[in-house]
Amino acid sequence: MNTKATKELSAELVIVGGGPAGMAAAVAAYEEGIRDILILERDDNLGGILRQCIHNGFGLHRFGEELTGPEYAYRYEKMVRELNIPFMTDTMVTAISPERVVTAQNTEYGIFTVKAGAVILAMGCRERPKGALNIAGTRPAGIYTAGTAQKFVNMKGYMPGKEVVILGSGDIGLIMARRMTLEGAKVKAVCELMPYSGGLARNIEQCLNDFGIPLMLSHTVVEIHGKDRLEGVTIGKVDEARRPIPETFEYIPCDTLLLSCGLIPENELTKDAGIELDRITNGAVVDGDRETDIPGVFACGNVLHVHDLVDYVSEEAAIAGKAAVRFIRGEGKKDISVQVKCDGKVRYTVPQRLTEIADTRIYFRVADVYRDMKVTVRAGDTVLYQKKKQKLAPGEMETVELTRDMIDKAQGLGAPIEIGLI
Amino acid sequence: MKIRELTCIVCPRGCALKAELGEGGEVLSVSGNLCPRGKTYAIDECTNPMRVVTSTVRCESGAVVSCKTSRSIPKGMIFDVMKEINRTVACDGLKIGDVIIENVLGTGADIIATSMG
Amino acid sequence: MIDVAVIGAGVVGGAVARELTRMGLSLTILEKNSDVAMGATRANSAIVHAGFDAKEGTLKALLNVRGSKMMESYAKELGVKYKRNGSLVVGFSDEDRATLEELLERGKKNGVEGLRILSRDEILAIEPNIGDGVTVALEAPTGAIICPYELCMASVGNAIDNGAELKLDFEVKKIEKTEGGYAVSSDSETVLAKYVVNCAGVYSDEVAALSGDDSFTVMARRGEYMLLDKECGSLVSHTIFRCPSKMGKGILVSPTVDGNLILGPTAENIDDKEDKSTTAAGLSKVRMQAGEQVKGINFGKTITSFTGLRSVGSTGDFIINEKDGFVNCAGIESPGLSSAPAIAEYVRDLLKGAGAILSEKADFCGKRKPMHYFKELSVDEKNELIAKNPAFAHIICRCELVSEGEIVVAIHTNPKPRDVDGVKRRTRSGMGRCQGGFCSPYVVEILARELGIDYTDVTKSGGKSFINVGKTKEV
Repeated sequence: MNTKATKELSAELVIVGGGPAGMAAAVAAYEEGIRDILILERDDNLGGILRQCIHNGFGLHRFGEELTGPEYAYRYEKMVRELNIPFMTDTMVTAISPERVVTAQNTEYGIFTVKAGAVILAMGCRERPKGALNIAGTRPAGIYTAGTAQKFVNMKGYMPGKEVVILGSGDIGLIMARRMTLEGAKVKAVCELMPYSGGLARNIEQCLNDFGIPLMLSHTVVEIHGKDRLEGVTIGKVDEARRPIPETFEYIPCDTLLLSCGLIPENELTKDAGIELDRITNGAVVDGDRETDIPGVFACGNVLHVHDLVDYVSEEAAIAGKAAVRFIRGEGKKDISVQVKCDGKVRYTVPQRLTEIADTRIYFRVADVYRDMKVTVRAGDTVLYQKKKQKLAPGEMETVELTRDMIDKAQGLGAPIEIGLI
Repeated sequence: MKIRELTCIVCPRGCALKAELGEGGEVLSVSGNLCPRGKTYAIDECTNPMRVVTSTVRCESGAVVSCKTSRSIPKGMIFDVMKEINRTVACDGLKIGDVIIENVLGTGADIIATSMG
Repeated sequence: MIDVAVIGAGVVGGAVARELTRMGLSLTILEKNSDVAMGATRANSAIVHAGFDAKEGTLKALLNVRGSKMMESYAKELGVKYKRNGSLVVGFSDEDRATLEELLERGKKNGVEGLRILSRDEILAIEPNIGDGVTVALEAPTGAIICPYELCMASVGNAIDNGAELKLDFEVKKIEKTEGGYAVSSDSETVLAKYVVNCAGVYSDEVAALSGDDSFTVMARRGEYMLLDKECGSLVSHTIFRCPSKMGKGILVSPTVDGNLILGPTAENIDDKEDKSTTAAGLSKVRMQAGEQVKGINFGKTITSFTGLRSVGSTGDFIINEKDGFVNCAGIESPGLSSAPAIAEYVRDLLKGAGAILSEKADFCGKRKPMHYFKELSVDEKNELIAKNPAFAHIICRCELVSEGEIVVAIHTNPKPRDVDGVKRRTRSGMGRCQGGFCSPYVVEILARELGIDYTDVTKSGGKSFINVGKTKEV
């Protein structure tokens, strides 16, 4: 290895992250005819977090069959390998410049740069740690995010504990409730601060109800006990303002507390590059192509906004992959600028702006559980579209299709498109 | 006549199902399902609930590899199947789809690898 | 028989051990925990106080001002990050202004340089995010920030590198006077030493009592803190103290040398010297006061909260004395960290007075490689090291960008860590915004490999704090 000068590589398309989003983006770009692609993956293999999600439920939408996480990931890994799309594993990207120079490091090249024609950000997300929850008490061993426990159990083959309380009813927490139970642990309760679950209904059914694990809504962990290893937690009901009610406090002995309190897109690189972020999604602000405000830098998958289903991650990644190819070829046309806003009941949308008059699927999430509402698309006072929904919940991502016609109308009115619930 | 409320686990949509049960527990009708698989699920769930089990199996090297039942097995046998998986030591170098245990406990389902060992 | 047994490997014990080693004494540090820096050293405000706080003529005043002057070069020699960021004591009323004037006068008498009173406009010019209610401040340009446990690890490590010995998990249970010295015993082992220096923090009264000295007591005072993401680290550049009032001393808001924002501490005397729990009331008080002192703190960016126990001595001053070759360093509450290098010299002089023969160790090397040296290198320098040891390019902790190489080096550098938290304090692996979510399974693996122990024997923080309780499939 040359120890003097920093190695300088180049690629037409650099993809940061080799999980389901990065691989799907790469495959889509390949299919559009680009060959000079480089996927940079920080872990020791392609596949991302799916590798540890050994449960099933993936791929019904994308492949028409029910796969486990590693199987779904391998479908894409196989495509990447068979298409000979270049990738580097154990490679950490540390910076991206607005000029699309990517700095990375690995044991082979040391610290090196890649000059990219276009960049796709596909770094995924991480779990909200305990610190952010400000739970009082001690700091013993035995407190993990559900994903860390999943890594210990499924990838390393170790048991982080035997008597478990789970805080937060996100899907990974529910999945780990079942997984720990199957491996012989006793899961005593899943506490959810909100009056509704953050996870999918099917996971409550098959991960909790199947095993008689209680889901305690409007409950939280108020104190952590134990010196060396966790010895127990105090849980309590919360009032409408989410304040714990002391009369309801109850001590549960346990050696493990798993946290499943939300996922946060990992946008440190994005932020450092100076890309505008959405305060609600914690991901980049993008247009229909998933292009950020830095030309030629795209984002997709959980780094853009947290998805419930990997199938939709793949779908979104393909959009970014194809658009990146258009950018590389100088074909990316940006003829309009229409903002997509939300009404508050709808918390966020992706994309947040439109730059092209083309049929566009808008993904959105709602702020609370709503029943019998009309999803409404409007521009100014003009209602462009409405559809009825029996039930909407924050845990489930929704979509609405914008047609060329609607976008054209909004453009004509000079008003942003607003997605709301009535 | 009895009504049993169920959450469909076939796909992430998680439909709220209602199964109308006859005297002998037989399913007379299913409502709330958005696809035919929901009906099948409700009938199975009321008569003979079935589940796919996903887990890991220890290999000779000491590492673990993920695995699953190749089809759903009776829900009541989940822990028995887990015992079988847990006492098995698989060979190293497994590939996705490799059979680790054939026809586990006579369920007709194989335990197959779901990742590359 | 060795020359000195130092009881307690906190920031004071570490500085004392290093100074006495430098003066040619053979020495063993006895620490009851499984790592150094586990008491108040691990959890405090990380501030080098300017020295206007302590009453004129007290040991606190003397040693604080001296320590504050020594600290920059002391830290530099040991490769410990130190930043003279200056401090502001902010007031909200005329009453506060009067208090700040008193502090100014006291500081001048103590010999603190550069103190002055600032108007609101002057404050805003240097700290635009100062709280709306702040009307006046005392500025102390010599105030600084430092990482306290890093300072302790560096002092102890440097002492070991120069010949001192460290015995971990050595809880002193018995101290007997022997001919020519003392026998200091745990349940399983005895160390014979000519002199004993008691730096046992909140337990220093109990250790003194073992030697027959019950002239003082030490009480634990709980201080709760919150640490915020690096994103918030530049909200203020100075350490923002609150003007002491009838309501107590108040909390501080400060950047840390590693770029985070620290808020705290509360102050509550408690009976249990092991109770390092945080409380809902305490954390809520920290949030409330911090919000008054500084605007725009995003509490949602809290990455961890913790409690430190300060050693409050019964005399109101540091209790540093010597009798029959037994030295007490007790009641070392704030400004203990600031005073540590000066306390070490003071103890050295006490031992000299007690007859210890001191002569500078000829081959003593006071310099130590910084713990985070790799990060500070240029790209070319990094690549040169990576060429020799590729593990430096293999990132384990994504948030703080800590490589496997750095972790392995830390595991084999004095004082050697044996658990995940020990690695974390030395390398910052797991110290970032995901708090070890991604890296801890890898750190466990590296520790097991490097220490030659089983994966399941790796602990978070010594004792029975096992990370995993067994293997899967073995239930």
